[in-house]
Amino acid sequence: MPMTQEEVYAKVKEVLTQALAVDAEEVTPEAKLSEDLGAESIDYLDITFQLEKTFGIKIPKDELLPQDLFSKPEFVSNGKMTAAGIAELKSRMAFADLSKFEADPDVNKFRDVFTVDTLVKYVLSKVNG
Amino acid sequence: MRWIWIDRFEKFELNVAATAVKNVSLAEEHLHDHIPGFPVMPASLMIEGMAQTAGILVGAARQFQEKVILAKIGRATFTRLVRPGEQLVYAARIVNVNETGAAIEGVITVRTTVGGAAQEVPVGSVDMMFSHIDQNMSGMKFPDFNFVFNSQFMELFETYRRELNIQIPG
Repeated sequence: MPMTQEEVYAKVKEVLTQALAVDAEEVTPEAKLSEDLGAESIDYLDITFQLEKTFGIKIPKDELLPQDLFSKPEFVSNGKMTAAGIAELKSRMAFADLSKFEADPDVNKFRDVFTVDTLVKYVLSKVNG
Repeated sequence: MRWIWIDRFEKFELNVAATAVKNVSLAEEHLHDHIPGFPVMPASLMIEGMAQTAGILVGAARQFQEKVILAKIGRATFTRLVRPGEQLVYAARIVNVNETGAAIEGVITVRTTVGGAAQEVPVGSVDMMFSHIDQNMSGMKFPDFNFVFNSQFMELFETYRRELNIQIPG
């Protein structure tokens, strides 16, 4: 039986309160993992591991966070993601809302794409196929 | 001299778990300095002992090719003081490991005597994460030289390895 968005959200919330040591009320759908919840790079690995355990899924490298794109010159130029890079991101991250990043594709702002809702949608795409 | 906080490995199951011990001795200065007049093993150094046990386990899982750095202590709980003459036991288990790092669950116990009878009693637990820093997500670059598992470390590991006949493929 497929999981509902509410069920996934409740479990993602538990994962984030534990991994980031934040209060449950701080974990809102629109909260940004880095800027609002204080996630650092190792926390993304912690969250990945905990999502795998909680939902019984496997998260391959560069699937949730396609960092491989950022080292390719055809996708990044002068600190900005190119149109080709954006197109590649869109094809690989159907679970994410990339509209703000597309308007200002500064690579340093890519982390802002990762909100709680982004994680919920990613997990939904994994558990419900 | 490298900062070594484990005396020997007792068990080493590649990619799975490792157990190391440390004898706590009044000959060690930190016992006198931590709480003067009341020598106990500092909890911070027990975390370091667990990090070394687990760090070697994580390093071995990738044939010591990665630079394995303690990156996060998710939880550390201590319920008992450890005194001179006791033997600490660090049991580390890999919860997950991938290209970018590893998560570890660690349990600390101590071997002691109560009323003349030998016992092993709980001291605490530590959950920690290690980063393979060359694969880290921040994109930072580090020296090619493996400053974590350097030649001095590998010589030490050889003594551990021989004792338990630990086989590291590759």
